[in-house]
Amino acid sequence: MIHFVLLVSRQGKVRLTKWYSPYSQKERSKVIRELSGIILSRGPKLCNFVEWRGFKVVYKRYAGLYFCMCINQDDNELEILDIIHHYVEILDRYFGSVCELDLIFNFHKAYYILDELLIAGELQESSKRTVLRLVDAQDCIVEIAHQQASSVGNLIAQATK
Amino acid sequence: MGSQGGFYQSKEFLDLVKSIGEARSKAEEDRIVLNEIETLKRRISEPDIPKRKMKEYIIRLVYVEMLGHDASFGYIHAVKMTHDDSLLVKRTGYLAVTLFLNEDHDLIILIVNTIQKDLKSDNYLVVCAALNAVCKLINEETIPAVLPQVVELLGHPKEAVRKKAIMALHRFYQKSPSSVSHLVSNFRKRLCDNDPGVMGATLCPLFDLITIDVNSFKDLVVSFVSILKQVAERRLPKAYDYHQMPAPFIQIKLLKILALLGSGDKQASENMYTVVGDLFRKCDSSSNIGNAILYECICCVSSIYPNAKLLESAADVISRFLKSDSHNLKYMGIDALGRLIKISPDIAEQHQLAVIDCLEDPDDTLKRKTFELLYKMTKSTNVEVIVDRMIDYMISINDNHYKTEIASRCVELAEQFAPSNQWFIQTMNKVFEHAGDLVNIKVAHNLMRLIAEGFGEDDDSADSQLRSSAVESYLRILGEPKLPSVFLQVICWVLGEYGTADGKFSASYITGKLCDVAEAYSNDETVKAYAVTALMKIYAFEIAARRKVDLLPECHSLMEELLASHSTDLQQRAYELQAVIGLDAHAVECIMPSDASCEDIEVDKGLSFLNGYVEESIEKGAQPYIPESERSGMLNISNFRNQDHHEASSHGLRFEAYELPKPTVQSRIPPALLASTELVPVPEPMYLRESYQTPSVPSVSSDAGSSELKLRLDGVQKKWGKPTYSPATSTSNSTAQKTVNGVTQVDGASSTNSRTRETYDSRKSQVEISPEKQKLAASLFGGSSKTEKRPATGHKISKASTQMVKSHVPKSSMEVALEKTAPVQPAPDLLDLGEPTGTSVAPLVDPFKQLEGLLDTTQVGSAAAAKSPDIMAMYADTPAGIHDKDDGDLLSGLSKPPVTNMPGGTTTTQQEQRSKGPNPKDSLEKDALVRQMGVNPSSQNPNLFRDLLG
Repeated sequence: MIHFVLLVSRQGKVRLTKWYSPYSQKERSKVIRELSGIILSRGPKLCNFVEWRGFKVVYKRYAGLYFCMCINQDDNELEILDIIHHYVEILDRYFGSVCELDLIFNFHKAYYILDELLIAGELQESSKRTVLRLVDAQDCIVEIAHQQASSVGNLIAQATK
Repeated sequence: MGSQGGFYQSKEFLDLVKSIGEARSKAEEDRIVLNEIETLKRRISEPDIPKRKMKEYIIRLVYVEMLGHDASFGYIHAVKMTHDDSLLVKRTGYLAVTLFLNEDHDLIILIVNTIQKDLKSDNYLVVCAALNAVCKLINEETIPAVLPQVVELLGHPKEAVRKKAIMALHRFYQKSPSSVSHLVSNFRKRLCDNDPGVMGATLCPLFDLITIDVNSFKDLVVSFVSILKQVAERRLPKAYDYHQMPAPFIQIKLLKILALLGSGDKQASENMYTVVGDLFRKCDSSSNIGNAILYECICCVSSIYPNAKLLESAADVISRFLKSDSHNLKYMGIDALGRLIKISPDIAEQHQLAVIDCLEDPDDTLKRKTFELLYKMTKSTNVEVIVDRMIDYMISINDNHYKTEIASRCVELAEQFAPSNQWFIQTMNKVFEHAGDLVNIKVAHNLMRLIAEGFGEDDDSADSQLRSSAVESYLRILGEPKLPSVFLQVICWVLGEYGTADGKFSASYITGKLCDVAEAYSNDETVKAYAVTALMKIYAFEIAARRKVDLLPECHSLMEELLASHSTDLQQRAYELQAVIGLDAHAVECIMPSDASCEDIEVDKGLSFLNGYVEESIEKGAQPYIPESERSGMLNISNFRNQDHHEASSHGLRFEAYELPKPTVQSRIPPALLASTELVPVPEPMYLRESYQTPSVPSVSSDAGSSELKLRLDGVQKKWGKPTYSPATSTSNSTAQKTVNGVTQVDGASSTNSRTRETYDSRKSQVEISPEKQKLAASLFGGSSKTEKRPATGHKISKASTQMVKSHVPKSSMEVALEKTAPVQPAPDLLDLGEPTGTSVAPLVDPFKQLEGLLDTTQVGSAAAAKSPDIMAMYADTPAGIHDKDDGDLLSGLSKPPVTNMPGGTTTTQQEQRSKGPNPKDSLEKDALVRQMGVNPSSQNPNLFRDLLG
């Protein structure tokens, strides 16, 4: 099970946090501080895993952004690495060559996408297309509200490509 | 799709994000956020805020909280937002509450109603949003409020809803297993869902259920195997492919489940051999996801009933992992080795040099994993090397969590395999000295007990030698500054008990040392208490030996000081010390007999010495004591019997209590009552249970006492413990043991050739290995094949193998399998995007929302720039160069072939990049847009614009 997801920039700035296990606000800050300290200081050739407080944290760096997920001792680290990559690919598809800036200004969208990918700390959907379709379906309403119905066709066309 | 890249927030919010992005210190960031909190507090409580504005405030709250500040003042507004009719607003509300609230928050009760309503909504997107919230917010108490609706949603026409409903039930199961225990059949049914996504999601709850109770799911083995086979044969829709692997995440989940089902079950395992073998062959070992599956295969192979061929494939993969340059794969290889070593202990030998390389690697993660492996393969021949290494590492790290863990491992290994008492004491001293405050106090008690009892042999001289060597080493260590409290307690106790026992040290020397301890650690009352009691013992032994006692001046002053101590405990000890010193030899001998720490002290738990008093009181008219169970009128004869049975057979933990219908009543029966029913026969249900669980054991109904206890323990372990190759009781199936040993032997023989060759190869290829390393290898692995195995790994039979023969496979498995084959077949139109999802939803949107949306677009000040894509598009045609360095960066990033860490990732990424036409245009648009808003990527973070996947 995934206990939390953390996106931290190379400067240690938090870009996204999602907690699937209960942590108090105080604990959260501590966890973030502790982990970003450990992970940001690790060299590029080392393992993408860190053992931490009896859990394992799997992280991967994309440009200047670290994606971290905390998992149980008996989970498969390589699988988690690919769940991270899966998420990034979906973000990339959604935003169109996603960059850190997209996530800074549209962090709530990143949350919506994450909610379609993971639920209660488990991978709920492994098909990229299904995730995107659901997120787009929700966005459609937003788009209509914004009088931008014209882009809906684009969205669908993009997604079906 | 540039539309998603637009920024619909207000200028204010963008400014906030921007200023935080440019903050140069944490303090500056905090100041900005606190400022923002003040603004929000003021704004959010204004009357009549338009919904769109409110939505933005809530998102700003989320942002504030994400940065680690308290936004609890706004929670209630987020809750209110979930009540809104518009999905757009509702969705934001749900997002915010799931991020803000933990399941025990008081506000949740206000959301439950909304969730109930939304679960009934016609719009499946509303239902999805509500289900997302259910997974996060519903706690044990509120489960019943939504459970019926969630169950109903399992039959919803939209697969997204079914999937989320399954996951919600899974969450309920984790929180309160009893709440959904009657729904297991629903999970089974969903396994045959038309949609592969729903099927994949169902594997999550099934995995948990199977972890806890393997036996009731044995009938699904065939189904799982056939699903896995079909997945591996690419029978699922293409959409589930990931990096050219067919539905790898589903494969991994299935392998995990098979590992559980096949554990110790020969018949079930035999069903799996073919498909796992196929996976070993098919998996692409050049991609990360392929390796993830291979690793999972190894886990599966090492868990199920051993098969020589699969073990060989697993060993091959492990050696490939270990030889890889990637640290990740090395790490997985070490982990896998640790799993396989339980089954074929000699496999480690061929990888010894790789293991030692990992041990000396600068990467801490890899090092720790290797220590874990060493811990698993420790035996008496290599314990010294391994524990020494562990202690060296333990001293070098600061991470308290891991320090504790490795310290307790050192202690465990030392206790289990210590070659000599001397070494044992030295090792324990080192552990205590460097991690004393971290080790469990029980370890200290164990050490004291061990020194007191000796190693169990009847050799008294060895024991006293152990004690005097301990005393000597402690006296030496006491010279060091700053010892951990726990260690000092041990030292004081041992010095008090055995300090003068061998006559080597005088009483005044030892007492002097003890007084020094009490003085040096005057803040630690526990240590002081230990020291005073130790002083008392030394003096008592002196008096008992009819020697003259001279109280040292420092001891005298210590006593004086403690007589007036604020701690009553210390005060009492000091008074006792004072009193003992004043007694004569005979009296002292009675109260402080020499070397009596191992004598049992009898405690009369029945308080029989009070009987006289009780009778007297009753005669005087007092009410007799009525036990609680009688008072509540719950007592019945069967409880008597059960309780009696427990008492007669076991005084330890009552494992079987969980299996009886009314467990709470039993524990209340007082021992006095039990004694009177001692002869009542052992109740039937116990035996039924036992004979069900261990059908092959003949002695079940006749025997009693210790063997029975053991059997039951076993059955229970099987049921509640993690299913592994746990040591079976000697009474169970000796035949099966033979066969298994046979298998492993055959395995060893058949693969020796390849193994030796490989060992040879690996040695030859690394001729330049330093002699030091070789020595280390020899001492670690040297005797591995010859010497005895570690006791736990010796017998690897679990009786489940025989037990399952009679399981209920035949009944439903066939039909389930039949059902299965059909649905898992690709149903392409289900996932086809041809069906326009947008249109079905659009009519539901109310017109007001559209108005609102209008407002939205017009008011978004700076972001309006986003609506001029045409101008931006022109950038795409102009070459770089006019732009500054960041653009250059970006473009160069695009022109360069994308470099990913994952070898397999590259190809697909490339394809994707190519397939996206407007790629550079998009980026440039984004860049220009952000620049217009005033965000400039400063030198602080040049990566801000770089594609994450680039």
